[in-house]
Amino acid sequence: MPERTCRIAIIGAGPAGMAAAVSAVEAGAENVLVIDDNPRPGGQIWRGETDDATAREWMQKFEPCGAALLGQTRIVAAPQPGVLLAENGAKTLTIRYEKLILATGASERFLPFPGWTRPNVMGAGGLQTLAKGGLPLEGKRVVVAGSGPLLLAVADEMWHMGARIKCIAEQAAPNAVMRLGLRLLGSPGKLAQAVQLKLRLFGVPYRMGWHPLQVDGADGTSGDDSDAPVASVTLTNGAAKRIQIPCDYLACAFHLTPRLELAHLLGCDTEWIERQCQRRTTVDAWQRSSVEGVYCAGESTGVGGVDAALIEGRIAGYAATGAQDRARPLLKQRDAWRRFADAMNETFAPRPELRMLPEPRTIICRCEDVRYEQVVAKESWRAAKLHTRHGMGACQGRICGGAAEFLFDWSARSSRPPVCPTRMKTLAERPSADQKGD
Amino acid sequence: MKRAYDILIAGGGIVGAACADELARRGADVCVVEAECAGSGATAAGMGHVVVMDDSEAQFALNHCSQQLWNELREALPENCEFDGCGTLWAAADEEEMNEARRKADHYAARGVAAEILDSAALAEAEPNLRPGLAGALFVPGDSVVFAPCVAKWLLDRAMENGATLITGKRIVELRSDGAVLNDGSIISAKRMVNAAGSLAPQLTPGIPVRPRKGHIVVTDRYPGFVRHHITELGYLKNAHASDRDSVSFVVQRRMTGQVLLGSSRQFDVTDAAIEPGILARMIQRALEYMPGLGQLNTIRCWAGFRAATPDNLPLIGPHPTRENLWLATGHEGLGITMAPGTGRLLADLMLDGEALIDPAPYLPARFANSEARHG
Repeated sequence: MPERTCRIAIIGAGPAGMAAAVSAVEAGAENVLVIDDNPRPGGQIWRGETDDATAREWMQKFEPCGAALLGQTRIVAAPQPGVLLAENGAKTLTIRYEKLILATGASERFLPFPGWTRPNVMGAGGLQTLAKGGLPLEGKRVVVAGSGPLLLAVADEMWHMGARIKCIAEQAAPNAVMRLGLRLLGSPGKLAQAVQLKLRLFGVPYRMGWHPLQVDGADGTSGDDSDAPVASVTLTNGAAKRIQIPCDYLACAFHLTPRLELAHLLGCDTEWIERQCQRRTTVDAWQRSSVEGVYCAGESTGVGGVDAALIEGRIAGYAATGAQDRARPLLKQRDAWRRFADAMNETFAPRPELRMLPEPRTIICRCEDVRYEQVVAKESWRAAKLHTRHGMGACQGRICGGAAEFLFDWSARSSRPPVCPTRMKTLAERPSADQKGD
Repeated sequence: MKRAYDILIAGGGIVGAACADELARRGADVCVVEAECAGSGATAAGMGHVVVMDDSEAQFALNHCSQQLWNELREALPENCEFDGCGTLWAAADEEEMNEARRKADHYAARGVAAEILDSAALAEAEPNLRPGLAGALFVPGDSVVFAPCVAKWLLDRAMENGATLITGKRIVELRSDGAVLNDGSIISAKRMVNAAGSLAPQLTPGIPVRPRKGHIVVTDRYPGFVRHHITELGYLKNAHASDRDSVSFVVQRRMTGQVLLGSSRQFDVTDAAIEPGILARMIQRALEYMPGLGQLNTIRCWAGFRAATPDNLPLIGPHPTRENLWLATGHEGLGITMAPGTGRLLADLMLDGEALIDPAPYLPARFANSEARHG
């Protein structure tokens, strides 16, 4: 089996991973390897980005910096300390490292409501990706709903692709969003960005405190009664008010949630932050996790956006190289971004009443078609799994687990390999040092 | 204060559930205490294979009567129990194993169990994804596969309909002669106790000859038709029970979901349920020797669990030889799913009626009464 040995392995080539690589090389680290499941660097946020100045700046720093990029590669297991098992296309390889930096980013959180599994109801980022891949949005009526700054960014981009954005529904209360807006005054870059977005989207209603209640179908059915494509979405502000908006697509995401599969696999401590409705890795001032030699940076330490990811990536890159003196000047600013991130995550945490959205027939596990009524009375995530197959499908709870944590207060963590579907052959491979053991 | 239950069962795995079902049906006031949720231990970790085995006459007797009870249950089981009468193929790699297949076939035939010898070509037709050139197989059509956690849940639900009490999420810290102390400090009073805690049974009843024997399982995404039966290599018998050393065997089965479940490994003296990449790799390598195409299937999950092994590969069913009011129903090793209904029946016979369906002597814990010190 092919092997790659490196001094520092960085998982994820988004902003945090790129910044970590650039800083580690700058501080003298040799043999830095960045691994990503996409062929190109940039992460979810900068994939194919050309007109964002910060993205350009970091791409220009990263590409010539000397760190190697191993694209189209997914980490599947961690058979022993210092060793990762990975799949690269049809190949299996072993990666040996001295230090590891996890910059695994975040994914959208989906919350179930009646009709959410109908065709043309999609993740906000998912619809964006399909549109970039050629799905024509010209003239299509799109409602964007859920929570977080992501909604604005996605709406903006689809508007540029010719979509008619009928409404942006933000579940967070208006006063909470306003308070966060005031905090933005302390961070000029963010403010400019947000104002610019709002201006471009001028004319699009941005409804704060509103969330989807139900999706109705083109065949006249409502909610979970059929799987006909979406024809309209009913929004509510929690009070008696409801509006029904006809649409061709509903793009939906309830803010982001850190991707922690690899952190859990490696045994890194994570913590549940109740006010943010978010689980994140526990790190110290140098971005060190609870596991010796493993650092975490960016969204995995709590969703914080590009600026927090960049500065955490730089600190982790320096610290993993032993250049704490270079990292020290950054700590204060990192802390400021973290405080802002905490405020943002509290603002966009799903409101408790969203727990009441699913109807008995609403599907909550898409892999196994498990409905709300089957699991609501279960005593734990494990009981739901064993007795209803909830979370037992191909996603292994990566998609439905976040909803289960929010809806039922279940801990849906798993630390068993593989962290993603993996060819069985890959798991038959054993790194050489392991062979004498058994 | 709550009156004392007639019988307290420690463990809500399939064995505890079958005992509760049988005892409650005959009118006993039963309470089951399960540390996590129904069928969450070895019941969930295993493959759910209902198989007639013939390592010994005693093993065969309990297996055979259990399988008949399974066939009676079959109609009543809900869909989520995934009862699949797919039969077992015992795959023979060479002539030596083929001789073993023939011996087994005769042995089964003499005892009224249907079994059929397949030659190399017939095996290839029955399971096209096996590598070419295997010598043949023994096909046992009466064997089946179930999704055991849901069966355990269903049996416990039925026990509750008959008046049983189920306590989940609480762990027994002490099993006494008049009840049990739970981890929240509460006490459940009962006249008699049944230790059905599987591989954890010795923690509640020190000294019984049960050792945890770890096993790994791999499950794939859905590939309907890739495997058509439960297949076990005949080398399994040599591999699994020949010695105390770590061993792996090729065992694969189809699930009703279209998924493929792969086993098996056996390890003594490990108590950590973490996946061990070394033995997992060995287990998969063994499987690839038999079914190379498995290598390209997407694996979605691996896990490990613990069988409750005894020195003579027979379970412990009956009264504890020395401790008052204590009964055992554990030690089923890899046959807990198969033997659960027979165990429930036998235990209830012994505890309530005194007249047993089959001869209970080979399973009585008293057979180890003089050797406790060795295994303690």
